[in-house]
Amino acid sequence: MADELRVEAAVENLSAVTAFVTAPLAVLHCTQKERFQIELVTEEIFVNIASYAYPASSGSVVIERRTMTDPPALCLTFRDSGIPYDPLQQEPPDLTLELKDRPIGGLGVFLVREIVDEMRYEYRDGQNVLTLTKIIRPDST
Amino acid sequence: MEIIKELAGTSLTLKLSGRLDTVAAADFDRQLDEMLNGVEALTLDCTDLAYVASSGLRTFLKAQKRMNKQGHMVLRHVNEAVKEVLSMTGFDDLLTIEK
Repeated sequence: MADELRVEAAVENLSAVTAFVTAPLAVLHCTQKERFQIELVTEEIFVNIASYAYPASSGSVVIERRTMTDPPALCLTFRDSGIPYDPLQQEPPDLTLELKDRPIGGLGVFLVREIVDEMRYEYRDGQNVLTLTKIIRPDST
Repeated sequence: MEIIKELAGTSLTLKLSGRLDTVAAADFDRQLDEMLNGVEALTLDCTDLAYVASSGLRTFLKAQKRMNKQGHMVLRHVNEAVKEVLSMTGFDDLLTIEK
């Protein structure tokens, strides 16, 4: 089953985006922890697009949400027409640095990569297309 | 996110409840700027903090850097889910987390 939400890429729309993404989670029997992780992934990606995709103007994001059953999974696709940006090319942050040397930033994409089972990026027809898949393991803790 | 503030001398306790998402973190950041003036001991009580995103981690980091100069900071009663985000990012080594 697939549904789509189109919103303006603005941080103010974060709660609407989170509500849309998490709507089918009850049916997937995901754990509280998985819900938290899915909310986190959604926020990091959406906020990145809202912050950087359209530096000179406003633009929109289309989020496609698909639920799969075998195995149970949630698949999210974010599409925007902003500046090309492949998060998979981003260098992972150095987690061993001491506090004073820690740069403020770069953690969001890292968290997403840690949490999702699959992350794919394409630049297609003038759009950034980022697809994330999170397998739901109701027995996991 | 809701913040309940308790100031005793130069000790400030902030009880955080709800979600420290990007919108809340920007707001919290601005409030901290002023609230930390003259504070030597900062306690963030996270008992009812249900959620944190990377923007919230940045706010913690910024507060920790500032408190290192003027005193100290601890996080208390961090729940499992929040703790996991802290450990995934190595923040559990940068921040003081107490039970």
